Amino acid sequence: MPNATRPEFSASELAEVRRLMALYPSKRGALLPVLHLAQDTFGYVSLEVEEYVAGLFELPPAHVHEVTTFYTMFFKEPKGRHVVSVCHNLTCHLLGAKGIIEHLRERLGVDVGETTPDGRITLLTVECLCACEQAPMMQVDDRYEGLLTPAKVDTILGTLE
Amino acid sequence: MSTTTEKIFTRNFHLADSHTLERYRATGGYTAVAKAFAMEPAAIVEEVKKSNLRGLGGAAFPTGVKWGFIPKGSTAPKYLVINADEGEPGTFKDRYLLERDPHALIEGMIIAARAIGSHLGFVYIRGEYVNPWRVFSAAVREAYDAGLLGKDIQKSGFDFDIVVHRGAGAYICGEETGLLSSLEGKKGWPKIKPPFPAVKGAFGHPTIVNNVETIASVPHIINRGGEWFAGLGTKTQGGLRLYSVSGHVAKPGVVEAPVSVTLRALIYDHSGGIRDGHRLKAVVPGGSSAPILTADEIDVTMDADGLKAVGSMIGSAGVIVFDETVSIPEAMMVVARFYAHESCGQCTPCRESTGWIYKMSHRIVEGKGRKEDLDTIIDIAKRGAGTTICAFYDGAVGPYISYIEKFRDEFEALIRSGSGA
Repeated sequence: MPNATRPEFSASELAEVRRLMALYPSKRGALLPVLHLAQDTFGYVSLEVEEYVAGLFELPPAHVHEVTTFYTMFFKEPKGRHVVSVCHNLTCHLLGAKGIIEHLRERLGVDVGETTPDGRITLLTVECLCACEQAPMMQVDDRYEGLLTPAKVDTILGTLE
Repeated sequence: MSTTTEKIFTRNFHLADSHTLERYRATGGYTAVAKAFAMEPAAIVEEVKKSNLRGLGGAAFPTGVKWGFIPKGSTAPKYLVINADEGEPGTFKDRYLLERDPHALIEGMIIAARAIGSHLGFVYIRGEYVNPWRVFSAAVREAYDAGLLGKDIQKSGFDFDIVVHRGAGAYICGEETGLLSSLEGKKGWPKIKPPFPAVKGAFGHPTIVNNVETIASVPHIINRGGEWFAGLGTKTQGGLRLYSVSGHVAKPGVVEAPVSVTLRALIYDHSGGIRDGHRLKAVVPGGSSAPILTADEIDVTMDADGLKAVGSMIGSAGVIVFDETVSIPEAMMVVARFYAHESCGQCTPCRESTGWIYKMSHRIVEGKGRKEDLDTIIDIAKRGAGTTICAFYDGAVGPYISYIEKFRDEFEALIRSGSGA
């Protein structure tokens, strides 16, 4: 990974940026996809990453900043190696999300919004992930995990290194 | 009511390979697009008008009428944008379509594009839907490889490309103009209408924004005719649709049923009734923005006009079922927290009121509510309704008012029992 204070895409990542920009009638349409790529590449979207991406799009950094701060999926601080996001919206609430969140706080020893000191897991609560048929549910990195019980949560945590 | 109606959306859901081109074709897929290529664009629009198909994302606007708003004779590029930013609490049907029948959406898009004269379509998938995004993207690649997308599709002379776009976490991007702002690489702020997207939409050009399920209906309408589809529903809305049923039912899941199905049948015949040993208390019939119904109000048809008649709305058809264990004030606090979190902050009434109402509903649940809080919430809700750029705040107002008006005793008891009274 490049120096975190001087982020820079590799040649192949830059080719991907150009490919994405060409998909849209105006290249700015590619801003969200490129920010996803930047987060995957640099781990999170720091102010330096915002400035770098702004340069690629020929935008003032503030215009990128207002985008990254508007959406929930861009991390402005380093995150854990895994992100566990528990839905606390209506159906999950009806089916015990509060207990699942409490269980995770205890097991991980962190509060919602925090990362374990070993950098393993960031714990979040999120609004509806639209998998209410599996409530209570959570997102673990890219995948959905549903019909949660404390025991099932423990099994899932055991698979996260 | 019978539960053995014909299925169109879910017919292949049980098959492990339902997302593949091969399976889709084996069950009649991509025959409608061939038929549509032989039709004049105006005839496609007419057929969809005849079908009484109404938008299945929330607003229930007649789809064919919407398509007809594209300016005639304009040579500007036109875009077809699919709203796959599923986010209405209680809704999950579009996730099933993206993962289990992606080619129905692709085929519907090609037909819709021909109808409105578009050669570029976008599918805006919520950022959290990583697997649906992967499965749908793979289906798009399959369609390109089979010559169903790109230049001169099936030697029709018609070109159409699909760009699959990922959102990044923001409920407001499900609002069609917020979605377009987001697609343009901006924060997802809704835009003042008019101009409507059909005149000035994505990147400043005429654009039609339709929900996933709406467009997935189109191949069936073209294959079997608008009249057939209209005949499946009520006088003012055609078809079958998908209901997302969740909460305290025995069998939560996606249910396909005619739009004339009753809420009672959805709960008791299609979803196994209330979980063992419990009884129904209330239902949110159309996603969290729909005003709540009590257990006595479920003999209502689940079409747009049926629910409107009882003061609620079909919205995205997300049915959330509450049994007697549910604290309504707590449920309202959860809903109020959601709207406070998701307000985009552009309009003052919405930005401020959603926050105030969340704080008041929170203190009521904490036992610190004040006697005047309930009337204050209703007053704030009513004052703000209709004063904002988009429908987000009106959607929040429905639950605020209905939860309190229909379950006022429960709120008052909580306030009385607390120290703040």
